[in-house]
Amino acid sequence: MIYRESGDFKTSYHGDQQMFPIALDKWFVILVGSFAFLVVPFIINDYWEKSVLVPVLVWAMAALGLNILTGYCGQVSLGTGGFMAVGAYASYKLTTSFPELNLFIVVLLAGGVTALVGVVFGLPSLRIKGFYLAVATLAAQFFLVWLFNKVPWFYNYSGTGMITAPERFVFGVAVSGPNSPPWATYLFCLTIVVVFAIIAKNLTRGRFGRAWMAIRDMDIAAEIIGVPPLKTKLSAFAVSSFYIGVSGAMFFTIYLGAVEPTEAFGIDKSFLVLFMIIIGGLGSIFGSFVGAAFMVLMPVLFKNIMVGGLGWPTDLVAHLIFILIGGLIMFFLIVEPHGLAQLWRVTKEKLRLWPFPH
Amino acid sequence: MSRDVLLEVKNISLSFGGVKALRDISFDILEGEIRAIIGPNGAGKSSMLNVINGFYHPQEGEVWFDGRLRGPMPSHEVARLGIARTFQNIALFKGMSTLDNLMSGRLINMKCNMFWQGLWRGPAEREEMEHREKVEEIIDFLKIQSIRKTPVGRLPYGLQKRVELGRALAAESKLLLLDEPMAGMNLEEKEDMCRFILDVNDEFGTTIALIEHDMGVVMDISHRVVVLDYGKKLADGTPDEVRSDQRVIDAYLGVAHE
Ligand SMILES: Nc1ncnc2c1ncn2[C@@H]1O[C@H](COP(=O)(O)OP(=O)(O)OP(=O)(O)O)[C@@H](O)[C@H]1O
Ligand SMILES: [Mg+2]
Repeated sequence: MIYRESGDFKTSYHGDQQMFPIALDKWFVILVGSFAFLVVPFIINDYWEKSVLVPVLVWAMAALGLNILTGYCGQVSLGTGGFMAVGAYASYKLTTSFPELNLFIVVLLAGGVTALVGVVFGLPSLRIKGFYLAVATLAAQFFLVWLFNKVPWFYNYSGTGMITAPERFVFGVAVSGPNSPPWATYLFCLTIVVVFAIIAKNLTRGRFGRAWMAIRDMDIAAEIIGVPPLKTKLSAFAVSSFYIGVSGAMFFTIYLGAVEPTEAFGIDKSFLVLFMIIIGGLGSIFGSFVGAAFMVLMPVLFKNIMVGGLGWPTDLVAHLIFILIGGLIMFFLIVEPHGLAQLWRVTKEKLRLWPFPH
Repeated sequence: MSRDVLLEVKNISLSFGGVKALRDISFDILEGEIRAIIGPNGAGKSSMLNVINGFYHPQEGEVWFDGRLRGPMPSHEVARLGIARTFQNIALFKGMSTLDNLMSGRLINMKCNMFWQGLWRGPAEREEMEHREKVEEIIDFLKIQSIRKTPVGRLPYGLQKRVELGRALAAESKLLLLDEPMAGMNLEEKEDMCRFILDVNDEFGTTIALIEHDMGVVMDISHRVVVLDYGKKLADGTPDEVRSDQRVIDAYLGVAHE
């Protein structure tokens, strides 16, 4: 018995209500956490920062956000790219208007702005559901990108129509702009994502999460036990958009440094994040990380192996990756809607009983 | 023993397009009683419960609850007034565990704000504990300890019905509406369910309105019975009165016993 829950008795509901009731899980998380915070910053280089760690963190943040709305509250959204753009432009306007403002605060405020925008676009969710809601959020996606292209105020009347992240410091270290060291940008993103993952976990296991899931599982029954549908859906839109806005702000200020809205925040980003939560696991905080890591790393890995190793043409590999993702999406939608996170959970259950399956 | 009226419906008429589901129905439910609503299929029983908990809005008539005339309001507000229910077709939250389903029954009593919820400290933790204790009492009462953490979608039908009762109980409402709580159950499960209903009524003093097709059960456990047929009220009285009512025998019992 490698992995055990038995013998790990809970003597109080308090113990049962811990975030990781199983001791081994807790130690695993603590170990990974300390490695991420205490070791990685010393060994990180440009390549790992730019192609692995920072993008995984940025997309994990977006996946957390969409998972709250879609995985927990059951409201499908295709507006993720647009909401990321709101976060990016809000952070740009804030940091150029108030250069002294700490970048942490800028990013959080950008999330706040996106939450408000998300609530506005969430209003139709009272009347329309499922596929039709997805189409409505698609409208948000196109409208928002159009808006940031159209209104020069958003890009401070720059000639190119692009926005560029100025150099900003946190505790005297540059975390945005071309001179920011990899460890600084990484730690900045890691801190935000870890803190908000914990908050997401807490929200989803408490009264908000239960109300969201009630709406997701059966909205009529939810209403009859006293869950107000509009308020509950809007709270999911608000929280979700906050996360996605923060993700967009980090995507722009930390990761890309300069963006053009059509390119950076197109509909493909909305689908990318949706795929992340489907593959990672709908309604799972852990799954949001797994899905983001998978979708960011898999193409990198395949490119390294097939193009670098086997010498296959790049465009062929790119198409193979598309096919693979498509197949995986179908597999998870049909066979395992709870994604990789669920496969992991099942494996754990097996491990727990191993070697005696009964 | 004279009891106060907890709920009174007056001259309720409800129609869907051409279908008249309820015609001029009036009856009351006294505090602390078990009130059965019976009638053949399509008689309008479920519709009546839907009117009571604000899910359907009748074209005519009044609903008085707790001494007050209730204006038109959405059902989630009615729940807050103290009316809980179960459904004819199980309406559990399939993706959630038994425990979470029951905890969601207490959502109307939880008010901790998002800030503390996000931190899971102070008021959030206290509130969760407080309600968890209440829910554990219900789990013990319904003897569903062993399925506490099981996703309800995986439970057999009879247990799902029990969990749904648990979720309604968790709300600690004044009035509990049960729509065919024993439908599709075997004898043993039915007996258990009867026991639970009687105990809820007895121990917690909860007023219960119950729809049930099994005449034996109805006659056994209810204090008063109202009989509906094609949307009309046919009879209203104690089980004995109803049983001996010729119109009921003709219209309902006759059919059931053919
Ligand atoms: N939402 C609705 N839309 C249209 N017609 C409805 C609706 N709800 C109920 N009805 C109709 O109202 C009538 C009464 O239905 P109701 O479900 O209240 O019957 P019931 O007494 O509960 O029957 P059963 O014993 O089969 O559950 C039926 O003719 C039904 O078709
Ligand atoms: Mg019915």
